[in-house]
Amino acid sequence: MANLHPKSGDPKVTYEYRRKKNAEEMRMQVITFTMMIFFTVIAFAAVGAGFSKWFVVPFVLLLAVVQVIFQLYYFMHMSHKGHEAPQLFMYSGIVVAFVTILAFLTIIWL
Amino acid sequence: MSSIAHTQKRGFTSTVWEYLTTVDHKKIAILYLLAGGFFFIVGGIEAMMIRIQLAVPNNDFVSAGLFNEIITMHGTTMIFLAAMPLLFAFMNAVMPLQIGARDVAFPFVNALGFWLFFFGGLFLNLSWFLGGAPDAGWTSYASLSLASEGHGIDFYALGLQISGFGTLMGGINFLVTIINMRAPGMTYMRMPLFTWTTFVASALILFAFPPLTVGLFMLIFDRMFGSGFFDVAMGGNTIIWEHFFWIFGHPEVYILVLPAFGLFSEIFPTFARKRLFGYSSMVFATVLIGFLGFMVWAHHMFTTGLGPVANAIFAVATMAIAVPTGIKIFNWILTIWGGSIKFTVPMLYAVAFIPSFVMGGVTGVMQAAAPADYQFHDSYFIVAHFHYVIVGGIVLGLLGGAHFYWPLMFGTMLSEKLGKITFVLFLVGFHLTFFIQHFLGLMGMPRRVWTFLEGQGLETGNLISSIGAGLMALGILVLLVNIVITQKNNIQVGRDPWKDGRTLEWAIPSPTPFYNFKQLPLVRGLDAFWIEKMEGKTDMTPAEPIGDIHMPNNSFVPFVISLGLFIAAFGAMYHADEGKDWAIPVLIIGMLITFGAMLYRSVKDDHGYHIHKEDLLDEAEGGTR
Repeated sequence: MANLHPKSGDPKVTYEYRRKKNAEEMRMQVITFTMMIFFTVIAFAAVGAGFSKWFVVPFVLLLAVVQVIFQLYYFMHMSHKGHEAPQLFMYSGIVVAFVTILAFLTIIWL
Repeated sequence: MSSIAHTQKRGFTSTVWEYLTTVDHKKIAILYLLAGGFFFIVGGIEAMMIRIQLAVPNNDFVSAGLFNEIITMHGTTMIFLAAMPLLFAFMNAVMPLQIGARDVAFPFVNALGFWLFFFGGLFLNLSWFLGGAPDAGWTSYASLSLASEGHGIDFYALGLQISGFGTLMGGINFLVTIINMRAPGMTYMRMPLFTWTTFVASALILFAFPPLTVGLFMLIFDRMFGSGFFDVAMGGNTIIWEHFFWIFGHPEVYILVLPAFGLFSEIFPTFARKRLFGYSSMVFATVLIGFLGFMVWAHHMFTTGLGPVANAIFAVATMAIAVPTGIKIFNWILTIWGGSIKFTVPMLYAVAFIPSFVMGGVTGVMQAAAPADYQFHDSYFIVAHFHYVIVGGIVLGLLGGAHFYWPLMFGTMLSEKLGKITFVLFLVGFHLTFFIQHFLGLMGMPRRVWTFLEGQGLETGNLISSIGAGLMALGILVLLVNIVITQKNNIQVGRDPWKDGRTLEWAIPSPTPFYNFKQLPLVRGLDAFWIEKMEGKTDMTPAEPIGDIHMPNNSFVPFVISLGLFIAAFGAMYHADEGKDWAIPVLIIGMLITFGAMLYRSVKDDHGYHIHKEDLLDEAEGGTR
């Protein structure tokens, strides 16, 4: 169907093309994997260095969010075509969860 | 397994067994209709008792405690166990046919969803016989519900938890079905509006039910396992329940009303014999209502003291919802405008719906103004408002939809004459009951009040209201008679009985074959069947040659999984009681049944079966087999 990512069995997608795509994708995966390890090291370092917790907590959370995005897009292939519906629902879910947490933070607890 | 055996006559036991194990969306729809109809009657009887109690001042028809139980169960039953399953009945019966699918995406999960709902509802209603029903209102606000004695609230929390699982599964199933299983040519912008509203309502279920699940688990743990989420003395916060409940509860009303809008959007074009006016703006409005539905929950809590900023934000967001709703109203009116109108029973319900629902919508905007809401809050004005939207929107939609889709579900046509009697009785009764309640509220009658005193000017209004409720009950009785007579006579009316069917569900033979479409149809535009009719064809153009059809096997496992949770719920509820040592073993046995059944399902391969091409061709030649 609409799932025309490089690994599909579509004969119209040539072998050369698929090889090239796969190599490209592999390169991106290695790069993101390295960056993810790097981020993890930074996160540990930030905690170890003893900065104020008002810096460390948001910083580690930010790194975590970036890692989740890497995971989704480069390892779980969300960047490929045919993933529009999952994207829509994931982002809607994130918005709903965010509004809920925002409301709890602002009008119940603070 | 022979395919043709399904169409042969069955004995009673075999029919029961078929329905206990079925995974066919059309049969599950009938199960939802029966169960939802049953709970609708139960909720209706509770409503009658409320109105009898309030008919005259100082009445003692029921005691104050029992009255609290009745109003709680009336609300809970009508929302969770009547309106939702009845809408699920239509979604199951119609949506797969409208998009040209042979079944929903996960037939097994579909059956599981029904049985979970059914056992949850059964559990909740058993409270009447096992020491008292829940009595903290359908909203079950935490401080009150934590203080409530006996097991009523436990029944509420556990029962809704189980039936909520079922609803969530149903919603996800519909989403996957609509995204993945549309017939060739059925693009998103060619989907009939009922499919669109099912889609958006299912997305709302997906996002709205988890907060309810979380809130109910907190309530269950606070009441049964000694936690303190809502207990202020233990450092909890009672307001958290209100937020969780309304983050679920407000989208819930859109989950209910959107499919009803969808039903009307099918009825109007059919009987005005005119394309739905402003199709794309209808889709846009549906999605926008779904989106805004998550931004407004705190308008139920203006008086809890959120502060002026929060109140103002939620007030404005709430008023914004009137815009897409207005778009819909005008589109429906313009659909009828200039049409060649046929006033059948479904069309009567649809036409009556517009003014009734608008009245409910207008009082909604009145309450959205936060300062004014301080006056309306917890008065009968609120009761009048939400009954105008729920009865005037959803129940009229369900009744109209029932008449409209009866031929599709059962192959027979409900009597138009009796249908019109029901319509008149119900509509007059409805306005008589609830219109006057606006004024009772403005005169100061509080919501959920057990009785009132003489000489406060509330007697006449309440008496009128009770008479109206009686008329509604009469209308429903006539409908039941109508159903019995129609099914007894069993006159099959055949395909496209309204003669003006526009969408795919009317293009298939009646009674619908259990595999739905012999060949998947090619959809060439909005109102696919109408397009073919206008070109002088009687059938859809097939999009594929006749081939083998893969079908799922029936399964008894969904019933067993649900039964296990039902049993476990009793264990969870009674384990804290003195001298009930059997409770923990019952909890464990129940969970073992559920997980055992799930394991069995996971381990045992069930690949379904195929209907062979030859059988399909034979059937075509043999005519009525």
